[in-house]
This record gives sequence, structure tokens and C-alpha cells, in this order.
Amino acid sequence: MDPLERLPVGRDGALAMARVTARGVWKKYGDHVVLENVNLDVGDHEFVTIVGASGCGKTTFLKMLLGIDSPSRGALLIDGEPIVPEPMPDRGIVFQRYSLFPHLTVLQNVLLGLELQRSRILGRLFGSSRRNALMRASALLDSIGLASARDKYPAQLSGGMQQRLSIAQSVILKPKILLLDEPFGALDPGITLDLHKLILDLWAANEMTIFMITHDIKESFQLGTRLLVFDKVRYDVQAPDAYGARITYDIRLRGPGARAPTPQAMAGLAETMSL
Amino acid sequence: MRRLVNRHPARGGALALGALPFIILAFVYVIASNLRAAHNAQDKLLPTPSALAQTLHNYAFEEDRRSGARLLWLDTGASLKRILIALALSAAIGLTFGVMTGVIPLARATLSPFIAALSMIPPLAVLPILFIVLGLGEVAKIALMVIGITPVIVRDLALRAGELPTEQLIKAQTLGASTWQLIVRVVLPQIWPRLIDSLRLTLGAAWLFLIAAEAIASTEGLGYRIFLVRRYLAMDVIIPYVVWITLLAFTMDWMLRWIRSNACPWAEMAH
Repeated sequence: MDPLERLPVGRDGALAMARVTARGVWKKYGDHVVLENVNLDVGDHEFVTIVGASGCGKTTFLKMLLGIDSPSRGALLIDGEPIVPEPMPDRGIVFQRYSLFPHLTVLQNVLLGLELQRSRILGRLFGSSRRNALMRASALLDSIGLASARDKYPAQLSGGMQQRLSIAQSVILKPKILLLDEPFGALDPGITLDLHKLILDLWAANEMTIFMITHDIKESFQLGTRLLVFDKVRYDVQAPDAYGARITYDIRLRGPGARAPTPQAMAGLAETMSL
Repeated sequence: MRRLVNRHPARGGALALGALPFIILAFVYVIASNLRAAHNAQDKLLPTPSALAQTLHNYAFEEDRRSGARLLWLDTGASLKRILIALALSAAIGLTFGVMTGVIPLARATLSPFIAALSMIPPLAVLPILFIVLGLGEVAKIALMVIGITPVIVRDLALRAGELPTEQLIKAQTLGASTWQLIVRVVLPQIWPRLIDSLRLTLGAAWLFLIAAEAIASTEGLGYRIFLVRRYLAMDVIIPYVVWITLLAFTMDWMLRWIRSNACPWAEMAH
């Protein structure tokens, strides 16, 4: 039996659900309030895009989902359970950069997840299990157009290829939730379009919920089924850290309940993003 | 006329320029030794090249009358054995503690201040303790080198391991890596080239401690021989030995560099 099948991250329908719920989530660092009273309910297989001015707690929210930060107050739940407070294979992550392993080739970078899952001591596979893992990794590389670069090191790849690889590396373990922290922020616009297609294809092919932070408002509309805007509703010039950000707009872009954003929402969005 | 900072030598030119100081040094030595030899045929301070060659030949190919050994090789073997064992031990200890303190916060909190304090102890000040406790044999000499260079390696590797991008460590954890797997698959492979750099940098110190230990208590070894013949002002032995030690150290440095570029090709690439 394939050991991956036994993991909660498997393709097994009942377990692959990923509902994310935030109930009155606050985050403070000392007196500095970053997030205040964030409430959210995200269903299975949604593609949530998150925008907001810098310093508005988008990344803090993502870090809490990732498990490297936790709410100061309130509850953040996945499928009704509190999030395990450390990174786990049920939540994949793609950062803007530095998330590839420079000492591994393209193929080895993708293979790593499978090896870590199946070989607890050495972290390496041999014989037929290695061949199986290699086949899966190669197939994934083929499907995302990195087959010809399989023996190169990350430093030999362009920025766009690196992000492609970083996404593949996360997706091979079929996480319930994929977190993207401005994954295309450092890329040329032309390359970004290819990567949009890639991420939509992978999202369609896998039962995962995606949270993606972006600075590009157009991108957030094109990709997401749902758009969240983080912003501060209260601001005190005398004490800029006294109030945190919350979700000011929650727009359903596609799927059931979707409707075009109201003119107020669009105006508010424009104001938020111009900050 | 281009600015000086923009003028680069061609490949052949760089080689010639690099050789120049060596040639000048050799030239100055030959002239000076010949001048002194012209004054006094028995001069001991700057032996002529032919005298140096004769002594070197005797040490390398003639059997010593007292011990029956060819002294240069006897000394070289003894010294190399000591320094290689010390380097291997230091690398192993340095790697273990460097990676532990660099990656595991609890280990860092526990060990960092201790290692920082240890590394401030002047190793030569400990030498008497080593000789008293460990005796005058090989162990004390190797211990001196290990004590001298290991703290440097530990601290260097801890810094390097700590410099690995957090993104990488988090990513590996989202791929299911345990602490152990994180170390063997992500941290260690990236630390190898740093370890080699670290060894290269501590090579000079390792030789220093080796010569010091051999000078004080030994019966063979390159450092022992130099300090032995110093009593007779035997510059014809000392100078070839110093050149030979330098050559050995240079070769070790070159080999480490070769290993680095062949074993870790990715480390040579720009990020």
C-alpha cells in the first residue's frame, strides 16, 4: 500500500475537505494590534485571493494559517479543528522566493516531499519505491513544463521557472490547503500570465483550497472565487498601532452566490489599494 | 587611459604577475646568500641554494645514522597523521554542535554562551594542562589542535546554519520533514561546502598548534625537527622544512577547494 494513502493529506474524499473558519481572530504583538476581529468562513475548494495595503496583516493571517504564528484571541479552525501550531503537510506554502532547495536538482526538489513522507530515517528512497516516486515526480514536471530542466539546479532557472517548481514541490503532496504569499510578486508580467494558468490548472485538478496574497488587484479578480480585502477601519494618527486591520470586503467572484461587486465596494477597494 | 580599477590582466598576464613576488623573493635570497658566502664560506644564516639542496637530499633520501630513518618522510608522516586526525575530529565535532546550535533553538540557548566562552580560552594556555593530564604522547598534541580550531568551526557553522532562509525550513516542514529529516536532507547538505570553507580557514591555525605542540614535546615531526636543529643554527634544514610545510598546507587547501567544487557544484552557482 502506498504510504501516502494513509496520510490525512490523501486524496480520500472525506479527509480532503478543507473548511477554514476564523472566529473573532485578533493578533497583537505587545501593544501593536495587527488584526482585529477577523471572521471568515471558507468552504472546500475555494480560491481565496487576499489584497490590502502593506502592513495590513495579510501575511500575519497567512502565517497563522501556516501555523508559524497563532491568534492572540479567537479561534482559527480547519475542518472545525484548531490549526496545528507548526507547519504540516496538509498546508502547502509557496513564498515569493527562497523556498527552493539550492542543493537539489529540479527533479530532486519535487521528489523531496515524497521521500520525506516515506522514509522517516534517511529521507531517501531506494529500489521500487524510489522508481514509483520518480515516476510521479517526472509526470508532474512534464505536466508543468519543467521536464527539460529536471537535472538543473534552482540557481540555473529563471524566476518564473523557480516559482513553477516551488508550486509543483508543494502540490505533489496534495495538501488540503495551498498558501501562496505573493508568489508572482517578483516576476515579469508576461511570465505571470503563464503561472496564472498553471495555478488554475493545478487548483482544478486537485481538491485543495487556495489562499493567495497578492499586490495585483487585477490578478486577485482573475484568479479568485472569492476576494478578501484587509484594511484598517479605525486609524488614530497619535497611535498608529492601536487599531488593527479586519476584512473590510469579502466579495464572491465566482461559483454559487457570486455577484458583481457593488460600486461602493469597488470604490472602497480602489481607496484601500491606493494607500 | 582607463582607470586602474578597470584594468584586468589577461589569463597569462595574471599568472606571470602571480609568479612575480615568488621570483623576486628567490632572486633576493640567491643574491644575499651568495654575497654572504663570498665573505664567509662557513656562513650558516643564508645557506646557498646548492647547500640547501644537499641538505634536503640528505634528509629525504639518506638514512639517518642514529635512527636509520629517512628523516623528512618520518617527520612528514608523523605531522600529517596528527593534523589529519585533528582536522577530522574537529570537523565531526564542529558539524555536530554547529548544526545543533544553528538549527535547534533549545540547543542554541543551552550551548551558545558556553561555546562562546570556550572559544575565548587561548589554546596554548591550556597546553600544560593537556600535557599533565594526557601525557606527552600523541593525544595531547591532537587535543591541542582540536581545542584550538573546533570552537571556530562550531561558531562558523552555527552562523551559517542560522543563515539558511527561514522560508526553506518552513517549506521542508510543510513537506512533512521532522527535525531529523530537516537536518539530514536540508541543513547538512547545504553546510558541507561551509564546513570545507571553515576547514580551509582554520588550516593555518591547525598548523600553528601542531608546530607548537611538536616543538615542546615530541620525538619526531616537522615542528620538532625545526626546533631541534635551531640549536645548531641549521638554517639549511629549517628553510627547506618551512618551505615544505608551506607546500603541504597549500596542497591541503587546494584539495579542500577541489573537493568543494566537485562535491557541491550547486554551491559555486550564483543565487
